[in-house]
Amino acid sequence: MTRLPVPDSGDLRGRYPEVFDRPVSSRLALPAMLLGAFGIFAFGLVELEFSPARMLAGLNQLGWITMMMIPPDPGSSLPAYLVALGETLSIALLGTTLAAVLALPISLLAAKNIVPSNIFRFPVRRFLDSIRGVDTLIWALVWINVVGLGPFAGVLAIAVSDFGAFGKLFSEAIEGADRKQVEGIRASGGNALHEIRFGLMPQVLPVIAGQVLYFIESNTRSATIIGIVGAGGIGLQLAEQIRVLEWQKVSFLILMILVAVAAIDWISGKLRFAIIGKRAVA
Amino acid sequence: MTSAVSILPDQQLAQLNDAYRKAVARKRLRMTLATAVFFAALVIAAIGAEVHPVTFVNKIGNFVSYFDRIATLESGARVWSDIGEWFWGWRKWLALLGETILISYVGTLAGAILAFALNFLAAENTSPAPWLRFAIRRLMEFCRTVPDIVFALIFVIAFGLGPMAGVLAIMIHSVGALGKLYSEIVENIDMKPVEGVRSTGASWISCIRFAVVPQVAAGFASYTLLRFEINVRGASVMGFVGAGGIGQELVVAVRKFFYSDVSAILLMIIVTVFLIDIGTGWARGRLFGKEARA
Repeated sequence: MTRLPVPDSGDLRGRYPEVFDRPVSSRLALPAMLLGAFGIFAFGLVELEFSPARMLAGLNQLGWITMMMIPPDPGSSLPAYLVALGETLSIALLGTTLAAVLALPISLLAAKNIVPSNIFRFPVRRFLDSIRGVDTLIWALVWINVVGLGPFAGVLAIAVSDFGAFGKLFSEAIEGADRKQVEGIRASGGNALHEIRFGLMPQVLPVIAGQVLYFIESNTRSATIIGIVGAGGIGLQLAEQIRVLEWQKVSFLILMILVAVAAIDWISGKLRFAIIGKRAVA
Repeated sequence: MTSAVSILPDQQLAQLNDAYRKAVARKRLRMTLATAVFFAALVIAAIGAEVHPVTFVNKIGNFVSYFDRIATLESGARVWSDIGEWFWGWRKWLALLGETILISYVGTLAGAILAFALNFLAAENTSPAPWLRFAIRRLMEFCRTVPDIVFALIFVIAFGLGPMAGVLAIMIHSVGALGKLYSEIVENIDMKPVEGVRSTGASWISCIRFAVVPQVAAGFASYTLLRFEINVRGASVMGFVGAGGIGQELVVAVRKFFYSDVSAILLMIIVTVFLIDIGTGWARGRLFGKEARA
């Protein structure tokens, strides 16, 4: 076996100073950042009262809970759970639709190519941002105060919090639309309404439909939790069963949620595929 | 003004129009059917969700007046007329907000570390064995499909009330969400450096360390920052179930009708989320900016 000639390291160092002799500041940047990140992490562990003893006791307890969850068993309340699941799906569907309907006009106001003036657009955008900054659960709490406990509060909570998200996403879709088709309609003698109907809408609608479907999917997840504060659906049952420590029912409910979410994922995936077409998905 | 548009003979025009109508009719029929199904689903959903338009119309005034009430101090004056009175508990709330951010920070970082360790086993091109990949993928799916607040509910019972349950819940959820995103980045890398490193006789770990990690580090960091942003929102409601942070204070204020407190805490949460959004957005811009220049 022949040894490869080892290049003279001094020569290499001279030729590539930017690799071998990086300034101290850039060499220390990464370790310093990591050290800082882990410093805060350690501080957080102490501040949030983590201790090995608590951790061990908790894991032990968690082990017990998991043991008691098996096998999942709804007891005699299966019909009630199915109704609750239906309620959850209804909340997701209605809330998302309501949000989409409300967000469409607002999103026109937030789109740069429709409202060029910054003075009008800026407050609309900030308004949408602050709606999005509040979690769905908080909206649910507020709506419960208004329309009372029950799934209707959940619908409104999802509608409001998605309204913020949709406003932003729709306005981006509108801004991304191609101007040429609008100009084409105008060139053939169409008026402003024709431009929006035949130039803008065919471009924007599939994108919007795809986003709405995606949100119905993700709202199925959100709708499962708003029941925790009393806004209806399967979350209400889940929170109750956890509080009374009926672990077999808890695991059954979690399984139901997983199956429902997977089913909705599958359906909306198919639908999105049908609406947007193969090209956009790939 | 002369017009240069040529008009086709009637017969030809009729033929073209016919073909056009046929093509459109089929599309319209499908569209109408889809709309009908959608509306039927909406009606069923409305019955299922106990939607009462009458209640809504009767109570919508409550919604508007709710915002009026949370903008009013106990003395009846508007909140902004006496900032000191409005934010009377700012010391306590600021500390709790700090705790909220810390919960999401520790949860995100711990989740990111675990996801980092697991994702190479779940990515198609770096996974050592198909069965391992399958198992890890299902585990991640489970972690991200169960909402973090459900984990928090269970952990509060196992680990006791307090921020620890919140951190662990956020951690578990982040492992699922980040693990998926990480492994997608890994699946999109250029495999040539990996082959290069492997051809020198390097072990699996060395391949990952010297060929994969340098390609994916910026993408990982960017997704982690995004997750942190999402988790701050999530941590703000952890207190609803007793898992620490500002949520506890908020839920008490809402349930006991301390109106001006509700608006003060909400405002603080919104501003915090806003600042975190801007901060992480800036950091991500810098990370990706660096990538684009290289």
